[in-house]
Amino acid sequence: MELTARDLTVSRGGVPVLEGLSFTLKPGQVLVLRGPNGSGKTTLLRTLAGLQPPLAGEVSLPPEAIAYGAHADGLKGTLTVAENLAFWASVHGTRDIEPALTRFNLLGLRNRAAQSLSAGQKRRLGLARLLVTGRAIWLLDEPTVSLDAASVGLFADAVRTHVASGGAALIATHIDLGLEAEIFDVTPFKADPDAPSRTPAAFDEAFT
Amino acid sequence: MIALLARDMRLAIRAGGGFGLGLAFFLIVSTLVPFAVGPEGAVLARIAPGILWVGALLACLLSLDRIFQLDFEDGSLDLLATAPIPMEGTVAVKALAHWITTGLPLVVAAPVFGALMNMPEPGYWWIFVTLLIGTPALSMIGAFGAALTVGLKRGGLLLSLLVLPLYIPTLIFGAEAATRGIGGFDNTTPLLMLAGITAASVALLPFAASAAIRINLR
Repeated sequence: MELTARDLTVSRGGVPVLEGLSFTLKPGQVLVLRGPNGSGKTTLLRTLAGLQPPLAGEVSLPPEAIAYGAHADGLKGTLTVAENLAFWASVHGTRDIEPALTRFNLLGLRNRAAQSLSAGQKRRLGLARLLVTGRAIWLLDEPTVSLDAASVGLFADAVRTHVASGGAALIATHIDLGLEAEIFDVTPFKADPDAPSRTPAAFDEAFT
Repeated sequence: MIALLARDMRLAIRAGGGFGLGLAFFLIVSTLVPFAVGPEGAVLARIAPGILWVGALLACLLSLDRIFQLDFEDGSLDLLATAPIPMEGTVAVKALAHWITTGLPLVVAAPVFGALMNMPEPGYWWIFVTLLIGTPALSMIGAFGAALTVGLKRGGLLLSLLVLPLYIPTLIFGAEAATRGIGGFDNTTPLLMLAGITAASVALLPFAASAAIRINLR
């Protein structure tokens, strides 16, 4: 259950944003991605999650190990909290949503429609989804947006428990979560988009 | 996959899900045509199968952009792409959910609406059968079009323009089979062609649509 990136170049819209990235995420490890807005953290996470191919280099990871937590939570407003979570649980072949509801303090909200939740409550539901996937490697993109201090604590606890049971997490965030984590700053890997060697490649990106 | 089907059906039926939109549109077309064409029973009976087929096709077209667009906007499609269900399966299940919530009600309602247009009695059976065979192709081809345009804001116009030409063979053979059946002629050939189009769409298009979605998610 180890995620390894070797000499990775990731691109957004055909333009390389980060290049020469190499790192390993081992079980039990939390890696915090740092970098200014627009530095390519989301692009890197999407590439690692397999949503887009890397421009160069390779990612090696065990199959079906990734749980991706994006900016959008993928919630359906007309479904209740429990229904939303139960859907993702059954997609991932797990059944029990109670531990996830308990951990993110959602038990009292379980029969509320997701559209009537506050932004922070929605986020908590989105994070609870990670627990029901049963996946080992969490790739999280700014998971604490719109969470209050208490909820950030709940989230940090969830990550701690997950890591203690052999999981791993790669988290792009701007705040200090109070976790024992290594910091991985992506700024030094910023790609030079004007490098002449790769301009032609961008043109036939759609056909490769 | 059953969970995904159940979720899509539940979403369609709940408030704002668009269930009944196609059916209402179909009803409007079927009731307006007699007013526009005039009350002569013989004329209406002759054009009824064609009108019903066009109405069903347009009603189907109306709800196509919902297949993937909403899931794309709220991030579900990203999460489904990383889920254990293969993308081809996701596409097929979402097309099936579209057919059950849009196509199937049209199939069931078509004989009733046929009565509004003075369709002769064998027509009830033939319009039911041809739509039953043909509408799955409409949903599947539509899902492919929706997959191609999923990343576009207000992609509905492009989607209609892309999908409409692909719908024409289904329309030709569907309406032809119904018309011949009503006239008492042998309609085996158009029926087989219609079934062939449906079978080919269901077999091939999930792969094309999932490739289109993967590119649009980049």
